[in-house]
Amino acid sequence: MSNTSTEQANRFISLKDIKKSSFIALWFMFLTFPIMVIKVNTVNNTVEWRWANMIIIGVASFILSHVWRLFMNRRDGKLSDEQKGGQTVEKLTLRQKLDQKPVVAKSLSYAVLVLAIIFPLISGMYQTSIMITALLYVVLALGLNIMIGLSGLLVLGYIVFYGVGAYTYALLNLHFGVNFWVALPIGGIFAMIIGILIAIPVLRLQGDYLAIVTLAFGEIFRIVLENWNDLSFGPSGIANIPRPTIFGLDLNVSQATNLTYFIVLAFVLVTIFVIKRLEDSRIGRSLVAMREDEIASEAMGIDMGKTKLVAFALSTFWAGVAGVIFAGKTTFINPSSFTMWESILVLCMVVLGGMGSIPGAIVGALIITLLPEYLRAFSEYRMVIFGVVLVLVMVFKPDGMIPSIRQKYEFKKKPESNMKEAE
Amino acid sequence: MTPVLDVKKLRMDFGGLRAVNDVDLHINEKEIIALIGPNGAGKTTFFNCITGVNKPTAGDVIICPPGATHTKRINGLKPNVITEKGLARTFQNIRLFQNMTVLENVMIGRHTRMHAGIAGAILRNKKTREEEQKVIDDSYEILKKLNLEQFVNELAKNLPYGAQRRLEIARAMATDPFLLLLDEPAAGMNPQETHELVDTINKIRDNENITILLIEHDMGLVMTLSERIYVVDYGKLIASGAPDDIKKDPEVIKAYLGEDTNA
Repeated sequence: MSNTSTEQANRFISLKDIKKSSFIALWFMFLTFPIMVIKVNTVNNTVEWRWANMIIIGVASFILSHVWRLFMNRRDGKLSDEQKGGQTVEKLTLRQKLDQKPVVAKSLSYAVLVLAIIFPLISGMYQTSIMITALLYVVLALGLNIMIGLSGLLVLGYIVFYGVGAYTYALLNLHFGVNFWVALPIGGIFAMIIGILIAIPVLRLQGDYLAIVTLAFGEIFRIVLENWNDLSFGPSGIANIPRPTIFGLDLNVSQATNLTYFIVLAFVLVTIFVIKRLEDSRIGRSLVAMREDEIASEAMGIDMGKTKLVAFALSTFWAGVAGVIFAGKTTFINPSSFTMWESILVLCMVVLGGMGSIPGAIVGALIITLLPEYLRAFSEYRMVIFGVVLVLVMVFKPDGMIPSIRQKYEFKKKPESNMKEAE
Repeated sequence: MTPVLDVKKLRMDFGGLRAVNDVDLHINEKEIIALIGPNGAGKTTFFNCITGVNKPTAGDVIICPPGATHTKRINGLKPNVITEKGLARTFQNIRLFQNMTVLENVMIGRHTRMHAGIAGAILRNKKTREEEQKVIDDSYEILKKLNLEQFVNELAKNLPYGAQRRLEIARAMATDPFLLLLDEPAAGMNPQETHELVDTINKIRDNENITILLIEHDMGLVMTLSERIYVVDYGKLIASGAPDDIKKDPEVIKAYLGEDTNA
């Protein structure tokens, strides 16, 4: 068995493969014929036939289909090796290797932390600003991860709570002159309250239904903001929101950006710390149990309604606080910052990184925010590349970049004699 | 002595279908009782009514935990409240938390007996840590009792079938029940595993003082294990009594084998 599968993987081209690839090439030439070959010049009323394009597409799809097949074979070969088990040495993932060497893992995470701290000092304001956005999305992804990854509640309108936080700060500042630091917890708590209010009517829903309802809530939120001029100033938004300051200092834009960066960074660390602790607690376990099987968790004495509310509250708080920071960073907010697309993006981060995994959410958020940013050079194709990356991850790493692993517990080993007495 | 569980005239209608029809049943402390009947007789619905998954249309479910002075009517309560009161169940089709470790599955069972909240989880103070450690140790002890200790840190879905069935019992025991409801605990087990299960159930009853009500199709197991048997068919109780009487009961034979038309 292993011989044939490795042979198949190693043999680069066989007659059958050539046939298949030729067919794929032909099919793509046919499909793209109208857009890639024919070009109508409406000024001169002439039709251009760009046959060269057709050849390029044919050759490219022929080669790509081979490359694709090669990778698929390798993946399948890996899978069948794993299924055989036994003789093959179990391959460890990077994460498992790191778990076995805590020293390496620790020094690595300290290195990342130091790099994160000195980042604004070694790079310009533009880079720092991009990083702030990326880190805000990290917080969002971590927050949504509680709902989707841990609790298994597919919530699509997550950006609503981000918006609630941002508008809380903007409006409190506009009407009452509340400063950034006071608004920070208020935004979080207010988002949490909205989260619980939305959660109450949807407590009985599961899966797709919950997704659809929360999606609708997301749209309602945006439409209300766009139309309720007295409250939210409609599509023109709220401008001149003050940047965060510290000790009453008068900071210029660049200093304020650096300060915001450190606030977000500190906040990311707090989020990671809190979520990590929640995960390994009684509450965290009840959330995971709810994801695994609602009926069984109820039979084990877990109150489903309460647990769902806890999931919503814990998850939406982070979005609210992130929203306050976002408003402080951009100094201007309007409803177009809180569209459906943003919710989907955060969802992508969680899924791409690995559902229920903290490092996964971080990596997912960084990839999805930074990749399009640094692909500006290929601006025309960056969404295509983005899409290709998503598809590739889903095909080759269906559990996400860094899948979650369950906690292993230590226990006091009781002496053998004790156990025998008990029996 | 008041029975630990007293079910009176329990009725469950699904639209026009009467799944459970005025069933009476009582269990005394430390008894092992079996509920049998052909497929679709309403046995699992009966379980669901007692454990709060379904809300019975009529009738009473009354519990009296050992040592309690008052009886309590529990029908219509939510499943988690009923579990808190000391009734624990397993499921006919295994419903483990597949992607959690074996130990975590049992720890979930102790959820209602723990108190740590969100603040405790974040601050991780001494009280929370001690509670957590105690739960871990207790859960490990329960796993030992069911011979599952070698699987402690495995994911539940990777366990062999028989072990998964035992883990369901372990998880139910972790809720500190006085009454354990087992829905077809031996389904899909081989004779060796079934034999071990009989020992395990007897041990649970004798060592842990847990009363047991079980649904089962394996007649060998039912006859050796149970002290009394209730038989239902089409939602109605058709017989009850000691195993030997049930074996000879013409109604029961009719329900299982059909009527002899030549007679």
